[in-house]
Amino acid sequence: MNERAKAIVYPLVTLFVLLAVWVVAIRVFKVPNFIVPAPEAVVASLRRGYVDGLFWKHFLFTLQSMVSGYALGCSLAFLLGCAFAESKTVERLFYPYVVALQSMPKVALAPLIIVWFGFELASKVVMVALVCFFPMFINTVVGLRQTNPALLDLMHAFSASRWEILLRIKIPSAAGHVFAGLQIAIVLGLIGAVVAEFVSSTRGLGHLINAAAVNLETDVMFAALISLSVLGVAGSLVIRMLHARIVFWDKGTATRTETAAE
Amino acid sequence: MSEILLRAQGLGVTYASARGEVKALEGLDAVLHQGEFLSVLGPSGCGKSTLLKIAAGLLNPSAGRITLAGKPISGPRPDVGIVFQQPTLLPWQSTLDNVLLPIRTLRRDRVRGRARALELLQLVGLETFANHYPGELSGGMQQRVGIARGLVHDPTLLLMDEPFAALDAMTREHMMLELQRIWMAAGKSIVFITHSIPEAVFLSDRIVVLSARPGRTIRDLAIDLPRPRTVATMGEARFNAICNDLRSLFTELVHFD
Ligand SMILES: Nc1ncnc2c1ncn2[C@@H]1O[C@H](COP(=O)(O)OP(=O)(O)O)[C@@H](O)[C@H]1O
Ligand SMILES: [Mg+2]
Repeated sequence: MNERAKAIVYPLVTLFVLLAVWVVAIRVFKVPNFIVPAPEAVVASLRRGYVDGLFWKHFLFTLQSMVSGYALGCSLAFLLGCAFAESKTVERLFYPYVVALQSMPKVALAPLIIVWFGFELASKVVMVALVCFFPMFINTVVGLRQTNPALLDLMHAFSASRWEILLRIKIPSAAGHVFAGLQIAIVLGLIGAVVAEFVSSTRGLGHLINAAAVNLETDVMFAALISLSVLGVAGSLVIRMLHARIVFWDKGTATRTETAAE
Repeated sequence: MSEILLRAQGLGVTYASARGEVKALEGLDAVLHQGEFLSVLGPSGCGKSTLLKIAAGLLNPSAGRITLAGKPISGPRPDVGIVFQQPTLLPWQSTLDNVLLPIRTLRRDRVRGRARALELLQLVGLETFANHYPGELSGGMQQRVGIARGLVHDPTLLLMDEPFAALDAMTREHMMLELQRIWMAAGKSIVFITHSIPEAVFLSDRIVVLSARPGRTIRDLAIDLPRPRTVATMGEARFNAICNDLRSLFTELVHFD
């Protein structure tokens, strides 16, 4: 079998074994359905949810808060990161607060954000943006600061403007770091969305889990968890693909950005 | 000789590093005349690259003064070209775009710049690699891209930091002849840093020899071999006599760059 086929088949073997253990364990130990659902119950729940359509509004709600919050948080972080790395004054003004905010667990702000932005979409978007902000911001600043000084000398020698140096040299140099930040932000953003939905929401996959827990509908909870994983994995894959395509000259970082969450 | 273009007087540079201060240059005097080909020869770490950065306006000396056409150097200038010791290419741009970099930053005519860039790529033997990225080129090829880039905006003063060090012997010989041709045709002034004695003797009107760190001028030698010099020049008795003379000077200054 060639490497490519192995990469696809081996994980499927693991999946198959896990499913088998799951099915057998439930039969043998007579685990009741409200503790651990049988795989077929989860599949049935997924089918009901997505074919009959009950899950879609939750899925789309979480997707929407995720995408909007991610775009908002990451672009703000990128712009402020550039300002921060370029200007000593901006850095001096904000550095202590950045450090203080960075070490605060952002999800602890969720109740406050609900109070300020309401129970609907806005509060979820703000929460996602907030948790996405820091990994992206820090990575942008670190990336811009790591620009090879020889390239800066080169640009100075040929009378490049500060703006040209930022656009042509520093940002491309930082691209690997920026994509690592985007990768981490996907995972954290999803956590943020779910936490905000836990605190208070009328929709979303997090809300679905919460509501199902009240009735001990573990099959629905499993189905929602799987949906969340799909969201996270799909997001990561998109970022990884963009990374490899955009930062084509840096084969190293494109394949190496494993997510190191906070 | 014609008028003085570049004049360094009592030049000193002290770097502040983690392990304390490093004196890279101390009391260095040198002049470059208009249209002259000057080589700087010296042992490793004696401050040759530092000297070039000062001449390019990238670094301020800690002591002494340096003037270009009578005026103190206050920053990089558009009529100066530089070839760094490392190729220093942008990995996200093609060979051609890398060569065109000074055309863009100096806001020169793009159409003429492009034609000139392609001409220079041909000269350094890389015309078929115009659309390749630096990651696809060998070290020596990258260095030649850097040389083409240093020449593309037709600078009147060219600063070159060991530009041929990474090239194989054949390519180096070819590049030496080409550089002489460009210099003779265009009336440029060149400061050429090298660790190769034959290279310096072959190319230069004058050679400045620096001491070990901190670099000072210990010898200022005019080379009056007739131009144009050819491959045959390197076999001549006078050529070899000058090389041997310089070599003996270096027996005291141990390791070379
Ligand atoms: N940015 C720097 N900071 C500290 N020390 C430096 C720096 N650049 C060069 N040096 C030191 O100054 C000396 C001269 O360096 P350089 O000019 O590169 O020498 P050369 O080109 O002749 O080999 C060396 O000892 C080097 O370690
Ligand atoms: Mg050097």
